[in-house]
Amino acid sequence: MATVETAVGATKAMVLNMGPQHPSTHGVLRVLLELDGENVVTAVPDIGYLHTGIEKSCEDKTYSQSITLTDRIDYLNPLGNNLVYCLAVEKLLGLEVPKRAQYIRVMMVELQRISSHLVWLGTHAIDMGAMSVLLYCFREREEILKIFERFSGQRMMTSYIRIGGVALQPPAGWREQVKRFLDMMPARIDEYEALLTENPIWQGRLKGVGYLSPETLISLSTTGPGLRAAGVPFDNRKMFPYSSYEEFDFNVPMRTESDCYARYLVRVAEMRESLKIVRQAMDKITDDGAIKTEAPGIVPPEREKMKTEMEALIYHFKIFTEGFSPPPEEAFAVVESPRGELGCFIASDGSPKPLRVHFRAPSFINLQALPYMVQGQLIADTVACIGTIDIVLGEVDR
Amino acid sequence: MTQLASANASVVVEQLRYWNPQAVAQVIEYHGETTIVVPPELLLATAKQCKENPALNFNLLSDATCVDRFPIEPRFELNYSLVSIPRRDRVRLRTRVSAQHPVVDSLMPVWPGANWLEREIFDLFGIRFEGHTDLRRILLPEGFEGFPLRRDFPTEGKR
Repeated sequence: MATVETAVGATKAMVLNMGPQHPSTHGVLRVLLELDGENVVTAVPDIGYLHTGIEKSCEDKTYSQSITLTDRIDYLNPLGNNLVYCLAVEKLLGLEVPKRAQYIRVMMVELQRISSHLVWLGTHAIDMGAMSVLLYCFREREEILKIFERFSGQRMMTSYIRIGGVALQPPAGWREQVKRFLDMMPARIDEYEALLTENPIWQGRLKGVGYLSPETLISLSTTGPGLRAAGVPFDNRKMFPYSSYEEFDFNVPMRTESDCYARYLVRVAEMRESLKIVRQAMDKITDDGAIKTEAPGIVPPEREKMKTEMEALIYHFKIFTEGFSPPPEEAFAVVESPRGELGCFIASDGSPKPLRVHFRAPSFINLQALPYMVQGQLIADTVACIGTIDIVLGEVDR
Repeated sequence: MTQLASANASVVVEQLRYWNPQAVAQVIEYHGETTIVVPPELLLATAKQCKENPALNFNLLSDATCVDRFPIEPRFELNYSLVSIPRRDRVRLRTRVSAQHPVVDSLMPVWPGANWLEREIFDLFGIRFEGHTDLRRILLPEGFEGFPLRRDFPTEGKR
């Protein structure tokens, strides 16, 4: 239980518990607010209600087994978590991934970014009192989840990206399905914007709220749309390209106002950019080709090979019984998740199980900025600030 | 695969050596990542140098984490991942701390964002950060006994 030091004096200030069951905290975030009337004097976030020890569990599993755990860290961005974990293991092993698999990864991760931003937009709009937007957003998100289901068999915890490539060949007819989505989506984003962007209540609730200077944001290690809304062009896809992002043509949306409204505009613009990337990736993915790299002993062999070649059967057996042993080194991979810089640090001691797996969770680190954002603002603005930081509590607590 | 390729790695090492030859105890290169091992007593000064030297300009502390190498001594390895947004560069600072005296200087004076990262390490590994203004458990409840991410803590928990 966290305690608040009362700077204003016990008679004047009131301590209010917001959460952990408050609907606008997006899960189980608890914020202790010290209030002077309706103004926030201090805000102390209290987290850890969803701590499941994923990093510790990873130490007890082989490298391939941990992939299913990564899905559950940021449950709105499972493919991004798969990707960062696989990139870290691949770097540790020195594996190259076939181009076709890299493009499939890019396409899936960008679709995931759109779906994550849709959930953000819908829930944030509810927090601000615009109830109908959620239904529109979830209607389109459903289409993305259907695409994921076709590709991987799962709607949410896909575990589609694997070490050395992706799990399955794209299903028959995927191109039409993705294309249908891409053709429909721009008009749908216009629809959300028609509901919100010029809406005077929306603007009144968000404009000028939660301002932090770019210097403060950088010093607090904030990344992602929150930092780009302050005019800092930090996007890992452009600055430290991974998975062939350097071959794609897209812009990094930026604003300079650094308030909640600017963060909203950046996220909406990001959805449009993601659509551009998905379209390009779709053109780059050839109809057939390898989806996994050839690495005996690390990447499971094809089913047919396993049934016809003895070596393949042996490798298959070894991968799933004892795993593989990377060299005793460390690797740190980063990707740009919908919430900011998502990193995965893996230390190996040369055994089939990692010595340490650590996730640099953007929600966790971005949440640090909350007390600075809400100082002196109203309680209602606190809700807006929590919303536009875009936290996923699964990732905050891990 | 080529991400994080630190083309300017030698510049960083050179600048730090020029500033204080003792600061760079070891340089590790692996798949384009540079790790500079720093003696624990020089960690804070080196971090300050990394941020304030205009030729380095590491303005963002991306990550801080710990690796427990039990039973090897010094058993704890702290890794700080730094990013320079203007120079498009990354580097990792590493320092080693022993089990008998698991204390190291906090980097909060250089990057206030180190606050929660260090609290997390304190919470899960039991390393204390000197100069940290608010060193409390962050993920685990306050009455929790032990430090679960240490290698000698059983995965299924203590009974």
